Amino acid sequence: MKDSHRSAILFLLPSFAIVAIFAILPIIDSFRVSFYRLILTLPWLGQKSVGWENYLDLWRDPVARDSLRTTMLFAGVTIPLELLLGLGMALVLNETFRGRGLLRAVVLIPWAIPTVVSAQMWRFIFNDQYGLVNFALFGADTTRYFAPLADANFALIAIMAAEIWKTTPFTALILLAGLQGISDDLYEAATVDGATQWQKFWRLTLPLLRPALLLALLFRTIDALRVFDLVFVMTQGGPADSTNVLQFYGYKKSFAEGMIGYGSAIAVTVFLLSVVLSVAYLRLLNVNQRARASR
Amino acid sequence: MKRPPSLVIFSCAIALYCLVPFLWFVMTSLKSPADVAAIPPKLITSWHWGFYQSALAQYHLLNYLVNSVIIALPTMLITVAFGALAAYAISRFQLRWTEIFLLVMLAVSMFPQIAIAGPIWTLLNRLGWLNSYAGLITVYVALNLPLAIWILTTFFRDVPAEVEEAALVDGCSRFQALFKVVLPIAAPGIFTSALLVFTAAWNEFFFALIIMTDPAVQTLPVGIALFPGEYTMPWGEIAAASTVATIPLVLLTLIFQRGIVRGLSAGAVKG
Repeated sequence: MKDSHRSAILFLLPSFAIVAIFAILPIIDSFRVSFYRLILTLPWLGQKSVGWENYLDLWRDPVARDSLRTTMLFAGVTIPLELLLGLGMALVLNETFRGRGLLRAVVLIPWAIPTVVSAQMWRFIFNDQYGLVNFALFGADTTRYFAPLADANFALIAIMAAEIWKTTPFTALILLAGLQGISDDLYEAATVDGATQWQKFWRLTLPLLRPALLLALLFRTIDALRVFDLVFVMTQGGPADSTNVLQFYGYKKSFAEGMIGYGSAIAVTVFLLSVVLSVAYLRLLNVNQRARASR
Repeated sequence: MKRPPSLVIFSCAIALYCLVPFLWFVMTSLKSPADVAAIPPKLITSWHWGFYQSALAQYHLLNYLVNSVIIALPTMLITVAFGALAAYAISRFQLRWTEIFLLVMLAVSMFPQIAIAGPIWTLLNRLGWLNSYAGLITVYVALNLPLAIWILTTFFRDVPAEVEEAALVDGCSRFQALFKVVLPIAAPGIFTSALLVFTAAWNEFFFALIIMTDPAVQTLPVGIALFPGEYTMPWGEIAAASTVATIPLVLLTLIFQRGIVRGLSAGAVKG
């Protein structure tokens, strides 16, 4: 038995070493640095331990509070819409019809497109002169064309639209895998008992899909908290910080302004936020599975 | 196999939703400069390759493309090689602590990039690996290993233990058993995880942005995101570069669709 432990260590060592050095140690270091004043552009100041000062500053920083609110708003709007649209798509893809294989392939296209490309694409679609959105709203009446991405009321909505477009298909595929795990026998039994389509959906499909829905929710939440590419390309956090999500603000502080200490405090906050949400979802999922197993 | 009309409508709606925005951008890349600048926007009137030529000649498209290949291919090979070793140990030795290892990997895959970005930058700076292929590849391997290990483990677990035990009895070492017995059977899993890692490395932007500040080593996403334009954006060239960056992935995705769906759901649902 000792031999298998030694072999296992040998097999796992390359992966463990690289993940430890480039992911696990850095997260620990982020915690450490968040208690220091460390400014990249002023290296002669050195590292000075400042206790909780970065976190107190963060608490008092109105831009950070707005940033947190923007991130939560972004997650709160996009995730329910992605789940809803994704569920609709998954239900269609789960039907048997000719061309289903092709449709499943097409659905992967938004997922495969690099986020930066989709960001430029949507930036063009929301353009104030050549954009399809203006054309769809006002037709040839060019005097009414406006710049959604330069408008603090619309910029976040535009970014949400781009996010939903790209990630709904992925959500649909997770839910589709869940749908395919539901036995046909159950539906047949329900039909024999005289259940309507509607009843089958609410009483059978939805409850049995709960694990897949929770997983999709988990993945989407983690991703929504780290949205960056769309904001960087489409708005740079503007106009008037209206799209300044946490990951972008952290990037700006650490890498554009060189405030590594303060940036780390933001980074740790984002990290803790996603840990808390993930643990909550995983618990729900676990409770759910245990309830099913005991049934 | 009957097809109710509502299903036809919904299917078409899904296809249009997925295709129209991207096809519009591809069409833009093939327009004449006059068509791109038309206000209000209009459909293509004649086909031009001019934007591709100027993206290559003036905006260093080939340079970014080569860099993306130089980064994504080694990332894929190293990640799958290390990942296969780890997944083999987890699926075969059935030890308690390897399960914990798998959970740690899952946790790592959930890290927000910003939470590790500062220390990674400092570390690479100390190693002299900023603006180097080796630096970005190493970071990508670390970030993609958790997902690769997770997917490969689910595929390896499907390989019956008896097949491999027979090989071990015949005097194969663990390494030989992995290469001669398990890998051939789990080949679809290897292939799927390779494709997913390649896609992730090809598309990644955040770390490429902070690590590669020298245009000579930047990848396609960075080049496309930082496309220069002072008063008017060069939309035709941006669309051309975007199309070049996307077409390989779309082709791979369409060809290997089944494997990708299986890999995504193995990573997502079986977990």
